[in-house]
Amino acid sequence: MLGILADMEKFDTIKGIAAPMLASDGNQFSMMINIDTDMIIPKQFLKTIKRTGLGKSLFHEMRYDYEGNEVENFILNKNEYRDSKIILAGNNFGCGSSREHAPWALLDFGIKVIIAPSFADIFYNNCFKNGILPIQLSEKVIKEISESALKGNELEVSLSKQIILCENKEINFEIDPSNKNFLMEGLDDIGLTLKDTDLIDIYEKDADDNLPWYSL
Amino acid sequence: MTEAKTIYDKIWDAHLVADKDNYSLLYIDRHLIHEVTSPQAFEGLRMAKRIVRHPEKTLAVADHNVPTTDRSIEIEDEESKIQIEALKNNCEEFGINFIDMTDIRQGIVHIIGPEQGFTLPGSTIVCGDSHTSTHGAFGALAHGIGTSEVEHVLASQTLIQKKAKNFKVEIVGTLTDSISAKDLALSVIGAIGTAGGTGYVIEYMGNAVESLTMEGRMTLCNLTIEAGARAGLIAPDQKTFDYLKDRPLVPKGEIWDKAVSYWETLPSDPGAHYDNSIKIDIDNLAPLVTWGTSPEDVVDIDGNIPKPEEIEDEAKKNAIKRSLEYMGLEAGRPIKGTKIDKVFIGSCTNGRIEDLRAAASIVSENKVSDHVNAIVVPGSGLVKAQAESEGLDKIFINAGFEWREPGCSMCLAMNADKLLPEERCASTSNRNFEGRQGRGGRTHLVSPKMAAAAAIAGCLADVRDFS
Repeated sequence: MLGILADMEKFDTIKGIAAPMLASDGNQFSMMINIDTDMIIPKQFLKTIKRTGLGKSLFHEMRYDYEGNEVENFILNKNEYRDSKIILAGNNFGCGSSREHAPWALLDFGIKVIIAPSFADIFYNNCFKNGILPIQLSEKVIKEISESALKGNELEVSLSKQIILCENKEINFEIDPSNKNFLMEGLDDIGLTLKDTDLIDIYEKDADDNLPWYSL
Repeated sequence: MTEAKTIYDKIWDAHLVADKDNYSLLYIDRHLIHEVTSPQAFEGLRMAKRIVRHPEKTLAVADHNVPTTDRSIEIEDEESKIQIEALKNNCEEFGINFIDMTDIRQGIVHIIGPEQGFTLPGSTIVCGDSHTSTHGAFGALAHGIGTSEVEHVLASQTLIQKKAKNFKVEIVGTLTDSISAKDLALSVIGAIGTAGGTGYVIEYMGNAVESLTMEGRMTLCNLTIEAGARAGLIAPDQKTFDYLKDRPLVPKGEIWDKAVSYWETLPSDPGAHYDNSIKIDIDNLAPLVTWGTSPEDVVDIDGNIPKPEEIEDEAKKNAIKRSLEYMGLEAGRPIKGTKIDKVFIGSCTNGRIEDLRAAASIVSENKVSDHVNAIVVPGSGLVKAQAESEGLDKIFINAGFEWREPGCSMCLAMNADKLLPEERCASTSNRNFEGRQGRGGRTHLVSPKMAAAAAIAGCLADVRDFS
């Protein structure tokens, strides 16, 4: 993980099964919206002092019943999706709590890419710190990809080319260049910032003179 | 002529360490940490053999896991105990100020920051907790961060940031006895939705916001994250300075005077640019309550539970169906009169002294309904002591409430305070997510007065019937 110099895996191409998080209504389906970080990893698993081992508790309350048995119709419990590397979802994925345990749980399960129309701010940032790529696409395109995934087709996501390959169809996506660079290089951002220690020193000296009320 | 700036622009500019390719390095004046989101950050520092750049700029307290019952006995939950001990040990190792569980100043991190004067106008404040937005009430740029970012701040006292856009939320009208800052906040979230603020920093303004006390402003800013915004801000004014003056950690003497002069320059300039804006009139606002599992699922207490079939958007319609099923509610029925099992008064949203006074004013001589279990959890030891000095604890206890020790408690149910499956709770907290207060638990977010009214009535009730 980050914080440990150059220990984050470099992100390149991910090929695998995508699990659509669906809210269905008979024959009509839509993507589930507002998947919050409490859903992704409930609070009882936040008592750990480690970053690893959370994958088995990912989506705990949707995935297991009160007795701890798997809920049969939950997508990640279905045989075809047990090894999913990609999640497809609706608007505002990752809203709520800032817990980084959410991306840790996703990563520990094996999820490397999340595709949604929009993401909550803190979760979005947390993804990049952990080698997960959040991709924003329109609801319409995500529904199309989901239909393909439900037929058992794999997806291929290339970060360098910013392209998703879905049944021979190429779908482009946008990504901020610095976020892309951090993921591609697996950069240790703390190490990078500490290279600018002289700039921090200059700021602090200046602030001591001009904003002394913030000193403690 | 210099460009007209918003308060956010001004704080950003004053904290800019460097503009890099596609991101900025922002200086962080104040850092709050708690036991849940910090252990992995310290572990990271140790493994990379890094030090904490400015231990004095971080303040630590355990709040999420702490029991709200007798503090003199050891914590029963082994994992909670380990996590709290880890925080204490990490603080000792790295020289960070730690407020112990037995200290009267202990409390919820966002309550003790302002209480101690750690929170200052115009400062940048971060914490590994989404409700850090609370501190925006003082005109500080304050927001939640992840654990990797906690580590980044500990190591460098800076944060990698991209500037957000400016969103003006103007709230006008007159507050009444039955409408609180909580109702204002819920009406904003109801209006713009839980993703309405994504990508923005919200600045609250308007006469209704100005008329709020500092504690009311904290409630309003606290819930900004539920609208998806990075932070919420209110320009500092005389109320802000009066609240802060002489608190333990604020500057004193000449530096205080200079600070105030500086803080008076922070309000947004006339003509400053906002990328988005909304105006909300509260003159006809009814007390609000949430019916669903997202804070945007807001309804007037005299309103009805929505009907999914009336919603066009397919995703939203399905979300409502799921929520109604989870909440055990029938579409189209009045929300008022819905029977409850528990009441929770507390949290960083509504655990301050004014919240407890407001709730106590409704409780008065009344009794908690026979079938309701109601708890009051003060936001800090100092709030608790103040409440006890005013006799509020007696009012609550006589009515049948439990009077607890400070902490986050049933807001997120990491300790022993939680809902059982299908239990329904009127709660002054901030999230009604599935499972938030305990697996299968059903949360209705309300103001402190509305929570008190529900406790007495035994169902979701209209506080206006109690005044």
